[in-house]
Amino acid sequence: MSYEFLQTLWFVLIAVLWIGFFFLEGFDFGVGMLLPFMGKKDTERRTIINTIGSVWDGNEVWLLTAGGATFAAFPHWYATMFSGFYLALFLLLAGLILRGISFEYRSKDPNPKWRNTFDWMIAVGSFLAAFLLGTAFANLAQGVPIDENMMFTGDLFTLLNPYGILGGATAVSIFLLHGANFLALKLEGELLERIRPIASKLWIGASILSISFGTYTYFAGFWSRGRIDPGIAPIATIVTLLAAGYFIQRKREGWAFILVGMNIIFTQISFFSMMFPNVMLSSADPAFNLTIYNASSSFYTLQVMSIVALVFTPIVLAYQGWAYWVFRKRIKADPKSLIY
Amino acid sequence: MDPTTLSRLQFGLTTIYHWLFVPLTLGMGWFVAYMQTRYYQTRDETYRKMSKFWGKIFLINFAIGVVTGIVQEFQFGMNWSEYSRYVGDIFGAPLAIEALLAFFLESTFLGVWIFGEGKVPEKIHLASIWLVAVGSNLSAVWILIANGWMQHPVGYTINEATERAELNDFFALISNEKAWVFIWHTLADGLAMAAFLILAISAWHLVRKQHLDFFKRSFEMAALVGLIASALVFLGGHTMGQFMYDSQPMKLAALEAVWETEQPASFSLITIGDLTGKQEVWSVRIPYAMSFLACNNFECEVKGVNELQALYESQYGPGDYIPLMVVTYWTFRIMMGFGFIMMGASAWFLYATRRKDYETTRWMKLVPFGALLLPYLANASGWILTEMGRQPWIVFGLLKVEDAVSPNLTTADLLISLVGYTLLYGALAAAMVYLIKKTAVGGPGAAMHESVDAAPTLVPARKKD
Repeated sequence: MSYEFLQTLWFVLIAVLWIGFFFLEGFDFGVGMLLPFMGKKDTERRTIINTIGSVWDGNEVWLLTAGGATFAAFPHWYATMFSGFYLALFLLLAGLILRGISFEYRSKDPNPKWRNTFDWMIAVGSFLAAFLLGTAFANLAQGVPIDENMMFTGDLFTLLNPYGILGGATAVSIFLLHGANFLALKLEGELLERIRPIASKLWIGASILSISFGTYTYFAGFWSRGRIDPGIAPIATIVTLLAAGYFIQRKREGWAFILVGMNIIFTQISFFSMMFPNVMLSSADPAFNLTIYNASSSFYTLQVMSIVALVFTPIVLAYQGWAYWVFRKRIKADPKSLIY
Repeated sequence: MDPTTLSRLQFGLTTIYHWLFVPLTLGMGWFVAYMQTRYYQTRDETYRKMSKFWGKIFLINFAIGVVTGIVQEFQFGMNWSEYSRYVGDIFGAPLAIEALLAFFLESTFLGVWIFGEGKVPEKIHLASIWLVAVGSNLSAVWILIANGWMQHPVGYTINEATERAELNDFFALISNEKAWVFIWHTLADGLAMAAFLILAISAWHLVRKQHLDFFKRSFEMAALVGLIASALVFLGGHTMGQFMYDSQPMKLAALEAVWETEQPASFSLITIGDLTGKQEVWSVRIPYAMSFLACNNFECEVKGVNELQALYESQYGPGDYIPLMVVTYWTFRIMMGFGFIMMGASAWFLYATRRKDYETTRWMKLVPFGALLLPYLANASGWILTEMGRQPWIVFGLLKVEDAVSPNLTTADLLISLVGYTLLYGALAAAMVYLIKKTAVGGPGAAMHESVDAAPTLVPARKKD
């Protein structure tokens, strides 16, 4: 195995981690944002939370692993991106803290105000995290000011440009739809009837934003800077999303969920293929781009990490998959059977 | 304040805060797993209640450790980008492995444990809490391997072409003796911390003569574990002292305020006056004790700060290589003093529980307060000592703190995040203390059933629902 092969392998592995993260945490961000609007009674809110209760924390670990893998395999990428996006990441962390703590604390006190406050914190935290991640990825695609020392020279407002904001809004809309589809799979009775029309409306919003975002990306020429052609992946994002609309109308939530999930996967595939072999694009000068070659760890570290990943990733996937399978049933809004 | 100081302050605050909760998670997991196992074996209802009650306290505490842990992983890149560039080739590996091996394990099985009762076979439910305990302790192992490397870097070379430190021996990294002494000291500390929280809450109820069977059993179990764990903490600490003698003599000299090289070295119990070495008003010293602490015999020479400073200047160039003495000196005393009290107290508790009505004795009233306060102070002091004792280095002998900070951050950026974290963490602590207190005071009965549907309507404006 050559050095270059391992650098490429780790680029692909990190892409896979982000795909896993957005697919999984995407729906629990969506469920979080929908929570206070969908559930009016305490039992309903608890039912909605329990659809993701056992898995959200494990989903979030995909983000931590993506962060850790970036640190280990591409220290310069980790250093430039994390220090450059400083305040955006601080807000992202604040959002993740708010929602994380609220899942665990909201039911530990019966006071309606207590519970309502934490429920709103779940929604706000999920929104902040989804929006900022979308903004961050859009900026990575667009390029950010990086100087010859791999140092980010902008600030928070550099990231809040029209394309970045559109990226954030698109992420929010897709995750809302993904969450609604997930809820349609996991709920039953009155709550299921309530979520179906919401999913239809969210689909309209997500489609408009996604198509605008894709169009912007295409006309801005962001696709032609990397070494490989994303091929049909960008078109597949639109096709899967439109097909999801068809199944939402037909109340086939399984297919709708899978198709929006595919949309998320194809979006990430498009993103990473148009970046390759760059990991961060400099808007100041393409010569300052961070690539898998100049940002990576040593050959030895990549070899060690590859062995670790090869041995342990299948084990992790097996038990996490099993944990989803255990809780595959729909959740009834019945106070007696709900776990608080 | 300059950006470096602000970044240090922020890292210090968020890390100490994170580490107030994590040790309890580390230790309490084992307790809950053991209690549930006892229930599985004996079908004794009290054990079931114990696993529920202590399990609930475990969960309230666990949540804060998890959410503040994400900040920890991100901060290296956010605030210490030059550090991440310079040592990421080595330091990134244990962090990534921690996420892959430990975080997935603890978070997945915690979900199974909370929501799986009745849905998965009882054996698997029991196995999940064991896996949560293994996962959280495993995560401590990997982060301590990372920290051990900062104290005592091994298994690397400096690559002139890439201008950074690079890993050349992974096994040296993971078998770093310094790290394993740390791991021993820290995992035992987690167990001691959990034991003392159990002692504190149990004593509070015992003094009030409530749920006697439940809390006596908890108290006795915790007294035994507390004694074993605090003895292990002590032995680990003692071993660490000898290790420091070779690897970080400056830290050793600074925690004792040894200015001039001494042989054999005495140990100062307390020094009044100033620690600058110029004048000492009054001190109580134990002859030979410092030599014993440093190298397990009563003869060896302990190098003084002045000699080491001169040595480092010739080795690393001009600069100040002396840590902030007043901090190292006093945190060491707090850590060790409180550690000894904990060891003595748990031995005494264990002895006292041989009496049948020990809950009526007068000293029991002191336990809830003391057993709560001492471990937290000892634990925080230990970390302040180990991190501030390494100054001015971020990686000992390799990279200084001032060269590690992110150069692009402004004072405004750092003030926003520092104030933000402080407010957020303050609110978290308030909610957490409120819930732990409520749960602890509520006793085992209240922990058995959560208040289902206690608040049927959450949206007052739409009462028709």
